[in-house]
Amino acid sequence: MTAAADLLYDETDEELRGNLRGMLSERSPWSKVLARVESPETCDSKLWAVLAGEMGLAGLAVPEELGGAGATWRQVAVVLEELGRAVAPVPYLGSAVIATRALLHCGERDLLAELASGRQCAALAVPFSAMAGTVTPSVSADGDALTGTVTSVADALIADVLLVPTADALYAVSAADATRTSVVSLDMTRQLCDVAFDGARARRIASGPAAVSAVTAALTTGAALLASEQVGVAQWCLDTTVEYLKTRYQFGRQVGSFQALKHRLADLWTRITQARAVARYAAARAADAAARAADAAARAADAADAAVPGASVDAERSVDAQQEEAIAAALAQAYCSDAAVLAAEECVQLHGGIGFTWEHPAHLYLKRAKSSAIALGTPDRQRAALARMVDVPAA
Amino acid sequence: MTVAEPITAAVLQKLVAEFLAAHDPRAAADGGARLDFLRARFDAGLAWIHYPPGLGGLGAPRALQPVVDAEFAAAGAPDNRPGWNAIGLGMAAPTILRHGTDEQKHRFLRPLWTGEEIWCQLFSEPGAGSDLAGLGTRAVRDGDDWIINGQKVWTSLAHIARWAILVTRHDPNLPKHEGMTYFILDMHAPGVEVRPLRQITGESEFNEVFLTDVRLPDSLRLGAVGEGWTVARSTLMNERVSIGGGAIPREGGAIGVLANLWRDRPDVRTPGRHDDVMRAWVDAEAARLTATRFRQQLAAGEVGPDGSAVKLTFATLMQRIAGLELEMRGEESLRHEDWDLGRGRDVPFLNRIAGYRYLRSKGNSIEGGTSEILRNIISERVLGLPSEPRSDKDIPWKDLPR
Repeated sequence: MTAAADLLYDETDEELRGNLRGMLSERSPWSKVLARVESPETCDSKLWAVLAGEMGLAGLAVPEELGGAGATWRQVAVVLEELGRAVAPVPYLGSAVIATRALLHCGERDLLAELASGRQCAALAVPFSAMAGTVTPSVSADGDALTGTVTSVADALIADVLLVPTADALYAVSAADATRTSVVSLDMTRQLCDVAFDGARARRIASGPAAVSAVTAALTTGAALLASEQVGVAQWCLDTTVEYLKTRYQFGRQVGSFQALKHRLADLWTRITQARAVARYAAARAADAAARAADAAARAADAADAAVPGASVDAERSVDAQQEEAIAAALAQAYCSDAAVLAAEECVQLHGGIGFTWEHPAHLYLKRAKSSAIALGTPDRQRAALARMVDVPAA
Repeated sequence: MTVAEPITAAVLQKLVAEFLAAHDPRAAADGGARLDFLRARFDAGLAWIHYPPGLGGLGAPRALQPVVDAEFAAAGAPDNRPGWNAIGLGMAAPTILRHGTDEQKHRFLRPLWTGEEIWCQLFSEPGAGSDLAGLGTRAVRDGDDWIINGQKVWTSLAHIARWAILVTRHDPNLPKHEGMTYFILDMHAPGVEVRPLRQITGESEFNEVFLTDVRLPDSLRLGAVGEGWTVARSTLMNERVSIGGGAIPREGGAIGVLANLWRDRPDVRTPGRHDDVMRAWVDAEAARLTATRFRQQLAAGEVGPDGSAVKLTFATLMQRIAGLELEMRGEESLRHEDWDLGRGRDVPFLNRIAGYRYLRSKGNSIEGGTSEILRNIISERVLGLPSEPRSDKDIPWKDLPR
């Protein structure tokens, strides 16, 4: 069994959070985010350049020898909390988490270094609703030419490279060689697009089971980390609602002094407090699984030269860690998706009329929360997957 | 005992080793030898190490207590059976330490810690539950004594307690929070009558305590006259801190019983129930991780509000899981074990039948602060929301509607 997980934040986490929150409130206040959802470029490429390039956050979970910052998924989770809090329109989840995890799995050093440095941005070409272990590839390969269409892909509009699964391999394709059609999306702060390939030239980066497991690893870590973004969304909704209820007066008193509302907010705080523990657990397990996989890969490489004792032990530990990451990720999505949706729905309702207007940002958070709940597997599907993993069979 | 060097785990281990060399733990299993051993441990400052020297401690960091307890346990030493005196250890002792006179500290803390004297808490009344500051048990000054009259309720351990912590009203003409005074009560004094209170499960874990012309000396007053509410609040703070205990493994609680029922009994499975079970599983695991995170915060010296979330969710989860299990068992659940009046059984909660757990868990959202009061506390102290307008704060207690 894996070691106990540290569920707290450390000083580095808090420093990172402080810097990022400051930068986001300056460069991406909600008024700008709101204006952008009706502009031609819904993704904020300048903000992305600051995050990925200047701040170096795209390569946070990439080892230093591969051009990254050598931190862990735990710090990535802190970044996602802040990006969720700001509903920042940047492809961090798609590129710095999901695509990065796939490339780490495939050992794709050059492209990984490009992503880690922020010079390029990538997206895994699967529908955003796809859940780990249930992806049915819709693109086929003929030699090195890809043909087919993938619908509702997230973070691909701004991507330079697309990672495309086929039935038996995973390919890297220049985004310029695909046709991307933007989709009017429920969440325009993370606009989706349909991607069509018509004989696009592609480079195979993994084959057979390795390709399947790369996609599974990418979507599992994506699900584990999306939970932290959801916690950030939920916390903003709670904080904003609490502040509003302190300033809004009706019946001659602060609306926030009515017990009927206070109890709802206390319950919401309780839910978010739990969501944070669950999300921190998922991030810790993602970090653990990545570290174990790296150990096992290093040991396996050594073992190719000489008989190295312990290789099989490392491999077993890595499998255990992956299994625990999968459980933690499903749990996190089952819990945090609903928590974020509830927070956003309460935010709209408790703001009353103003919460129903376009000019108030509550709808941005509601749309982000509901889209994120559907993304990477709905809570219901996550519970079903969890049931299989923890041996509570359906029938 | 005086210790000049900073107290570290290693220092404590050395102190315990020296103590054990002088006091054979194996010879202290029972009776008088057991008590002598515990008294000596108290006198050596190795009882509750964060207490001051001379009062069972060393003024050491509280976080190091597990080090000491583990050393004694490993040596097979008898412990002070903390489960038997939870109110004494968790609530009375810290209150006496903070508000008591030197004489009171030296008289009460040692036999409290060793378990020679069990304590109970006389706070709630039939007319004062969530609104504890509305209580009406009267204390009337009579020379160097006080005469107490009133009724207390929901008192665990009153039937075996030697002493009680007691909050009273000494002046009904003052506003409710100002007219209260706090005492230590001799449970053997004439006029103290304890009756079992039969509860929803048929048995009786709690008592009603009737106080009729009970005379107690002023030397048993804890804190100044009129300071009762302040002292009571510090007692209740300790109640909240005492949540916790050891880490629980996944499925370590009631959810494990439910999941195993599902696994072992295909006949209880239906599609609708499957999602109920998984929703409960997810919520139980989230609650477990929240409790784990809360313990990590405490260990790191961060005193946060997350413990309130733990209590609030624990209560509803226990109720929901037991209710679900009861339905899943169908016909079996229509048959109960017995409704006998007893003093509660020495059987672990999870080993009782689902029907019992369903009923007993109804108390989880009422005892130690109702879930509704907890939501008020969270919304006001954590979220900073304003309190409801109140009409009871500034008028004399005697003029309050009741």
